[in-house]
Amino acid sequence: MSVAVEVRDVAKRYGAVHALAGVSLQVEKGEFFALLGQNGAGKTTLISALGGLVHADTGSLTVMGHDVARDYREARRAVGIVPQEIVFDPFFTVRETLEFQSGYFGLRKNGAWIDELLERLALAPKAHANMRALSGGMKRRVMVAQALVHRPPVIVLDEPTAGVDVELRQTLWTFVRGLNAAGHTIVLTTHYLEEAQQLCSRIAMMKDGKIVALDSTANLLASFSERVLRVKLASGGTLPAPLAAVASKDASGWWRIPIEDVAHVEQALARLRAAQVEVASLEVAEPELEEVFVKIMRSERAA
Amino acid sequence: MIGLPASSGFPTLLHKEVLRFWKVSFQTVAAPVLTTLLYLLVFAHALAGHVQAFPGVSYVQFLVPGLAMMAMLQNAFANSSSSLIQSKITGNIVFILLPPISAGEIFAAYLLASMVRGLTVGVGVFAATLWLIALPPPNVLWLLAFAIVGCGMLGAMGIIAGIWSEKFDQLAAFQNFLVMPLTFLAGVFYSMHTLPPFWQAVSRLNPFFYAIDGFRYAFFGQSDVPPGESLAIATATFAALSWATLALLRRGYKLRR
Repeated sequence: MSVAVEVRDVAKRYGAVHALAGVSLQVEKGEFFALLGQNGAGKTTLISALGGLVHADTGSLTVMGHDVARDYREARRAVGIVPQEIVFDPFFTVRETLEFQSGYFGLRKNGAWIDELLERLALAPKAHANMRALSGGMKRRVMVAQALVHRPPVIVLDEPTAGVDVELRQTLWTFVRGLNAAGHTIVLTTHYLEEAQQLCSRIAMMKDGKIVALDSTANLLASFSERVLRVKLASGGTLPAPLAAVASKDASGWWRIPIEDVAHVEQALARLRAAQVEVASLEVAEPELEEVFVKIMRSERAA
Repeated sequence: MIGLPASSGFPTLLHKEVLRFWKVSFQTVAAPVLTTLLYLLVFAHALAGHVQAFPGVSYVQFLVPGLAMMAMLQNAFANSSSSLIQSKITGNIVFILLPPISAGEIFAAYLLASMVRGLTVGVGVFAATLWLIALPPPNVLWLLAFAIVGCGMLGAMGIIAGIWSEKFDQLAAFQNFLVMPLTFLAGVFYSMHTLPPFWQAVSRLNPFFYAIDGFRYAFFGQSDVPPGESLAIATATFAALSWATLALLRRGYKLRR
């Protein structure tokens, strides 16, 4: 068995809204998987269904082979979910929060692991501070610790870096990368597409409760995004006709010329020289996930 | 909770629920004890000598068990209902819904914590009035039976109210338009036999009445309704409320959507 998360034909309706309209996907053990989509695409509903917070109308979900409805105790032991909204219990300190969370999983003597989590998430100095006294970033880290307190093989992070400063974002990703390297399966949602591109080996894109793209990050980039030569001409310059036919100009005056390989770059530059156009600035841009995302979302809108 | 697995989250959830009110015990225990003492002073002053409830029992003595029970019922209700509504509104209820805790375990933890709060307030009321008003030694079995069933009844009702309410004002409505009238009209301040027949019949529909009447029997050996009957009706109400609460929790009503 190498499947960590299996979602099969899951549908969920709220009145007339199809929050999930027949979603199927598999996440392999040890994968770093991204779930992308605009707000309202159904990402959080899917994660909630995985954690038993939402009952799917139809279809089934399993975590490490355990059905989330029939075998809910084992399924919930196997997954740690970091919710999107910052939530906390203002009655308790950081350490109490983690000890209670551990106890909810029946782990009442988990002090060593809790100390390690506090240490690794740089929360140790705040262990005895009330949750209310923590900054937003620290509360977020406590939530990460809460999700890990029972050492789940599968970890789900729902927009963990929304509104988080750069330093914390780096710390968090170093930490999560470490978990992934140690064998944990990671499922992540984010609106920062460059994060997904850097971290995740496979990506699902959702729109209106459906999966609209599901492939390895490399394949998505290769099939939907292109390398471009970005050129800015000196004022008054015009792009020679053969290039202008394939190029497009963006708002800041840069021309985007699609290229397939390095030879293509040579060719384009030769044409510019031949036309005696003065180039002010020039760069080769690598494919970006953001472009893939925008294209897929657009094509779905048209369809 | 027969066959509770060693890995159950129930003991921790119970501990957390007790600690939650205990951390603010000035507000959750001391305050209701003080309120009850004020009721006692004011009503005893205003009504002593005008009202005779049971032969051989002064009005002030008559008031103490009823007021104590009223405080216990209200606080048992307040504990589960306020804990749930706060968790729902702040969103931290997810930390209880994500772990492998069953509906039965959630029910038992919230219910028992409510009962602990109600009984603690009861002990507080007696500890405070002991110095002022002499009461005959109670029958401990009746006393415990009614205290436990009464607090259980309201603890379960508090869970239902906490699950059902989506906003604080909805919970306040539940409290002000259901719990308060039912406790005030449950014969705390008078013996049911002083009422006109119609209101006697209405009182008999109020389950809180049996908890208070029976609880008073434990002290005076006198009551409006035989204690066995009161205990049976209060227990049946507790059982029905528990069944309803469990059904809501199993369905995930308003908790798991």
